[in-house]
Amino acid sequence: MSDRLSGNEAVAYALKQINPDVMGAFPITPSTEIPEYFAQYVADGEVNTEYVTVESEHSSMSVCIAAQAAGARAVCATSSAGLALMYELLYIAASCRLPVTLACVNRALSGPININNDHSDSMGARDTGWIQIYAENNQEAYDNFLMAMPIGETPSVRLPVMTCMDGFITSHAVENIELLETEVVRKFIGEYNPENYLLKKENPLAVGPYDVSPYYMEHKVLEAEAMKAAKARILEVATEFEKISGRRYGLFEEYRMEDAELALVLIGSTAGTAKAAVDKLREDGVKAGLIKIRVFRPFPGEELARALANTKAVAVMDKSEGFSANGGPLFAETRSALYDLKERPYLIDIVYGLGGRDVKTEDIEKVFGRLANIAATGEIGPVYTHMGQRSKEENA
Amino acid sequence: MSTVYNLKREVEKPARFTGGHRLCAGCGAGIVVSGVLRALDNEDRAVVVNATSCLEVSTFMYPYTAYMDSYIHSAFENSAATCSGVEAAYHALKRRGKVEGTVKFITFGGDGGTYDIGFQSLSGAMERGHDMVYVCYDNEAYMNTGIQRSSSTPHFARTTTTPVGSVGQGKKQNKKDLTEILVAHNIPYAAQAAPIGNFKDLHTKSYKAIYTEGPCFLNVLSPCPRGWDYPTEKLAEIARLAVDTCVWPLYEVEEGVWRLTYIPKKKLPVEDFLRPQGRFRHMFEKGNEWMLEEAQAYVDQKWERLLERTGA
Repeated sequence: MSDRLSGNEAVAYALKQINPDVMGAFPITPSTEIPEYFAQYVADGEVNTEYVTVESEHSSMSVCIAAQAAGARAVCATSSAGLALMYELLYIAASCRLPVTLACVNRALSGPININNDHSDSMGARDTGWIQIYAENNQEAYDNFLMAMPIGETPSVRLPVMTCMDGFITSHAVENIELLETEVVRKFIGEYNPENYLLKKENPLAVGPYDVSPYYMEHKVLEAEAMKAAKARILEVATEFEKISGRRYGLFEEYRMEDAELALVLIGSTAGTAKAAVDKLREDGVKAGLIKIRVFRPFPGEELARALANTKAVAVMDKSEGFSANGGPLFAETRSALYDLKERPYLIDIVYGLGGRDVKTEDIEKVFGRLANIAATGEIGPVYTHMGQRSKEENA
Repeated sequence: MSTVYNLKREVEKPARFTGGHRLCAGCGAGIVVSGVLRALDNEDRAVVVNATSCLEVSTFMYPYTAYMDSYIHSAFENSAATCSGVEAAYHALKRRGKVEGTVKFITFGGDGGTYDIGFQSLSGAMERGHDMVYVCYDNEAYMNTGIQRSSSTPHFARTTTTPVGSVGQGKKQNKKDLTEILVAHNIPYAAQAAPIGNFKDLHTKSYKAIYTEGPCFLNVLSPCPRGWDYPTEKLAEIARLAVDTCVWPLYEVEEGVWRLTYIPKKKLPVEDFLRPQGRFRHMFEKGNEWMLEEAQAYVDQKWERLLERTGA
């Protein structure tokens, strides 16, 4: 069925269809609407979820971890400082192998305080052991959320899943969207029947031990193996999802990459803008292409290297700084992935859009202009720059 | 449950907290936990929640657990929220026919995890009204990390972050009155208890807390031989002295009604509680008499106020 929904509404609607056991709810801009919409579903008796209105994001994640350990399906939503406050607990959810589902509505981190979109919040959580799946638009935000539980709850994976969408740009903008029937959704998601859980009568369970050196590393390796196993499961779930929706998803989306010589690698809503720029450049005969990363954790390194193998110059666009003094996090991953190629394209990093700074098709075209110049001359220039800085000489 | 407490019968129940854990000899935490869990009716299950603490690292070191019931430890500062989550899952799964029988939810945190870092989480859980018991085993400092002061540490106590020196005289501030703060949450049951005598006090209050619907709070004094610096065999004696000096009065507040559960026949001077403990040794040095006077005056003032509140 077709509808017109904002990204937040779409995720809230997915939550209604799923009817999870427990939700930890705490407001933070721009994700606040998700628990708001859901509260109305609770008030109207459309779901029978245990809706726990906690006093902080720290407690909302704590509630989710505990509820999931107890045998329930637990969800929450947050942004920015809320995700940062959960930081310690993100590790606990993953290391206890509890497939909690979190809708992250990406917003810049303080300071200075800023409520608009960039990816600094979820990028800061990239090494916590959570699967991270990013959406370009409302449709993908809805679809990704529906796929999260079948991915995370699989016994070979058992990891928490964070589905991310861009704050305001995706969360608040209303778009046309195709929704699945609730019956179809429930069949797709299935029942959550973990093997062991706190409330299981026959077999009490102890969760969260003090782990000493002779065991800790083995446990961490198991977690790392689970993250590796997640890649295949994500693709499997995508195949199943295509059967019920007709919409196809991979680890990343390749847009006009077949014969592309110049390419962008980026995440999220900017892909829409970039696609428009690619189309325009293609009309002008430029062999431009785009890779939109959908799954950042596990990172599809080998697949990405294959997809970029025949390009001449690539710009990675990072929507978070990272402060590594060596480029943003997506750049680090991409450059590492390309290392094993016999012939590598030239590679630059452009940090852009911090704190909601707008990016237009002209900005993207300029990036392609720079790539064309690099491909033609072999002169790469500065590798790591920021887009549209007023105070410095503009490189992008 | 029989209405008459019988220690022999209680200790003959199957143990829910087993021996073989790694708590120190002379530590109050273990006897507090077994005392609280013993109050559960045999047929009821429990999920035990634990804040990071001495108790946690000593009773659930992988791959051994000292608990016969299900148990979860998540972090230091979130045990009340963790208990909220388990309790919420219980209601959700019960509603959906996926869980049977009665399950009780009991959280243990030390004073660091309760008075300080877990305070917000605790306040939130109490306000939301989860059907749970939060037990603070109060040993008056961060013992797990090596005896640092907490807001529960009493005035003048020596800890590793309130050392005694040529200028320093131990902790400068009085102990936070957490029990009163919890009473102010208007929860159905809050009490102060101690592991004394035949454990009737702890048992009776634990039973009330576990079987009163809604959020209940127990603050149980839990002497620590390392931090308080007393010989391990003096545990029971120290707890008894805390009660008989009125340093740690035993009382309960049930639906807003305050009641003293123990009135010492002879209120002993505070010195009697302080003297056997190394953490207060400097208070007995020449020229520091004023410290003893201040400590006594503070206890007297708090005790008078409690007498007024309880109408005793």
